[in-house]
Amino acid sequence: MKHTLKKTEAGKGQKQMNDVFLQFVSKVVFFIVIMFSFNLFFAGHYTPGGGFVGGLLAASALILLLIAFDKKTMEKMIPINFRLVLTVGLLFAAGIPTLSFLFGTPFFTHQHTYVEIPIFGEVALHSAVLFDIGVFLTVAATALFIISLVGEAED
Amino acid sequence: MEIVIIILAGILIGAAVYLMLSKSLIRIIIGTAIMSHGVHLMLLTMGRLKRGSIPVLDEEVSNYSDPLPQALILTAIVIAFALTAYTLVLALRSYRELDTDNVEEMKGVPHDD
Amino acid sequence: MTTNILPLLPIMIPFFAGIIMLFVGKRPIAHRVIAAISGLLLILSALWLVVHVYQNGTIVTFLGNWAAPFGISVVIDMAAALLLTTTAIITFLTVVYSYQSIGIERETFYYYVMVMFMITGVNGAFSTGDIFNMFVFFEVFLLASYVLITLGGTKIQLQEGFKYIIVNIISSNFFVLALAYLYSVTGTLNMADINVKLEGFDGNYSIMSLVAVVFLFVFATKAGVFPLYFWLPGSYYAPPMPVLVLFGALLTKVGVYAIARTYSLFFIDNTAFTHQMLLFLALLTIVMGCIGALSYTDMKKTIIYNIIIAVGIILVGVAMMDETGMLGAFYYLIHDMIIKAALFMLVGFLIYRTGETNADRLGGLIKIHPFTGWMFFIAALALAGVPPLSGFYGKLFIVQSAFENGQHIAAIIVLASSLVVLYSIVSLFIKAFWGEEMDFNTLKPVKSGKILFASIAMVIVSIAFGLAADVLYPLFEMAAQSFYDPSSYSQYITEVE
Repeated sequence: MKHTLKKTEAGKGQKQMNDVFLQFVSKVVFFIVIMFSFNLFFAGHYTPGGGFVGGLLAASALILLLIAFDKKTMEKMIPINFRLVLTVGLLFAAGIPTLSFLFGTPFFTHQHTYVEIPIFGEVALHSAVLFDIGVFLTVAATALFIISLVGEAED
Repeated sequence: MEIVIIILAGILIGAAVYLMLSKSLIRIIIGTAIMSHGVHLMLLTMGRLKRGSIPVLDEEVSNYSDPLPQALILTAIVIAFALTAYTLVLALRSYRELDTDNVEEMKGVPHDD
Repeated sequence: MTTNILPLLPIMIPFFAGIIMLFVGKRPIAHRVIAAISGLLLILSALWLVVHVYQNGTIVTFLGNWAAPFGISVVIDMAAALLLTTTAIITFLTVVYSYQSIGIERETFYYYVMVMFMITGVNGAFSTGDIFNMFVFFEVFLLASYVLITLGGTKIQLQEGFKYIIVNIISSNFFVLALAYLYSVTGTLNMADINVKLEGFDGNYSIMSLVAVVFLFVFATKAGVFPLYFWLPGSYYAPPMPVLVLFGALLTKVGVYAIARTYSLFFIDNTAFTHQMLLFLALLTIVMGCIGALSYTDMKKTIIYNIIIAVGIILVGVAMMDETGMLGAFYYLIHDMIIKAALFMLVGFLIYRTGETNADRLGGLIKIHPFTGWMFFIAALALAGVPPLSGFYGKLFIVQSAFENGQHIAAIIVLASSLVVLYSIVSLFIKAFWGEEMDFNTLKPVKSGKILFASIAMVIVSIAFGLAADVLYPLFEMAAQSFYDPSSYSQYITEVE
């Protein structure tokens, strides 16, 4: 009760050993999860899903790699600066609504249109998707950032 | 149906209060998270629970659910998520810095070494 | 065109400034420049808003082009415009003040970014016309303030910051609960629409009294009203001075503004209960703040307790719910934001210069810092409400309104509190600047040019506000009108319908 967060001595200096199963499986599952997160993201327009859930799922895929390997390996696998991702996401989320001023409409007014694309048929294009990309990037980067902050080894 | 959900929200908030009155930081944080769940459930109930199709821009649809509480809850959940994440990071940090997660020992003016 | 962009400028400028600073990365000098420029832009846009609102009346924009009760509307009446202007001035000067006081370490770790995000939230809470949107902006500035209060990670910051966070999370949860009740009663979240709906409703209002209590609980926790101010002195003591300037000047005042808004727009029927309760709590707040202010010789603590007194005095004016009371409350609100920032800045200078927070260990500083000393004296008089200075008008109107409404005890308590304020703050002045000279060799050779510039500029703003109070009267009359006459605030919704 007094100290629920006991300092764990185990795991210190103990290199990750034979995580063959976890490492192999997570390499495969990573792509499945990422694809599902994109699916959720694009589904979000008319059905449940959207930027937030998609972003969380993308972050969870990256966290899976983080668990299976370690931080250095993950950074080597995915050489992306997540602070920059976070900033770009914020810029999208704030900038796209602001762009509507150029059309003389109030903040956050979205434009949409329908386009005919050969294989997919009629596709709805909506400027809200751009905003959602911002949400996606921000959520994914923030979640990853927080988890890696908590998970950092004590030094 | 509403009454069941309201009682459930009450139970959640009761559990949250119990957790928040304990001395461990982690328990307090879990308490705040559970409290937010109870409150969100309450917000959902206040918009009336009923089965209906999704609210679409169609005047022929007569049986649709109120979209506003759902949108509000989504926002509130996101905020509660961010808050919980931040407090967890902070709890870890203060555990390392103050060498305790017992709020009983977190009073007075600590001195930096 | 202007109605689209203008009301959103005070929200967008700091937000984009924050994003740009994140792009720039850990380069504190660039952060300083961007923060200062956005502070100046904020002042300009807020002044433009004041002029625009003065000429054309309340300015409304509908986000996403959704008509009023359905979408989120941003409503800037004169009250919001004046508060935005004050916030902008305080932001700019605090940023300048931070250059030499916050320390390069914190500047590197995105201090200015967090300040800008906090200002985004504060400005948003002032200008939104939707009660749920207000909750969201409350959370925005609270999240930024959580980061600011713990930034740097000293022991006391972590310890007190944690308490601050827990208290605010609980009160935010109650905010959602209050919104749930309000939505179930009125079926709308647009503040103007709620007002119109409640005024047209001739049934039983008793449930609204319950909602009023929940709302008061929420905002009283943020503002530091009587039974719920317990967290304030400890938590505000922890962060470094520039953060304290922002917190003391802005955060509690947002809570007060929210109380004034909700109590003037929503809880209009059963004022015998709601506003009497508010008055009672406000008076107890004043008394408790006075006791605290008298019992400390610590400079920070004394001024922190003075925040609590000021919150009580403003709420007395709000509780009167008539023209004079609201006018007084509004004068005092603006005055208090400015003067608290000025006093915290001056005290911060003393603390950085001497390394002491206890006034008992200081003395004779007037020899080295005569100008600063007299500025402190003027700020002290302004805080207590000595006639030509800014605190006077607010208190005059509040006391006048209290006498008019037959609340003699309230008027006397407000008057007596001025004496306590004067005593507590002048005793600080006497201890620190007069009296036995302290050992001047212990003074720290800090660079203080910009600290002094910001503090003295703040005092000058306060003096100018006091002297120009007569000229500004029409603006304040407009501002007070949307509180004592809520239909003037909510008329835009009927125009839309």
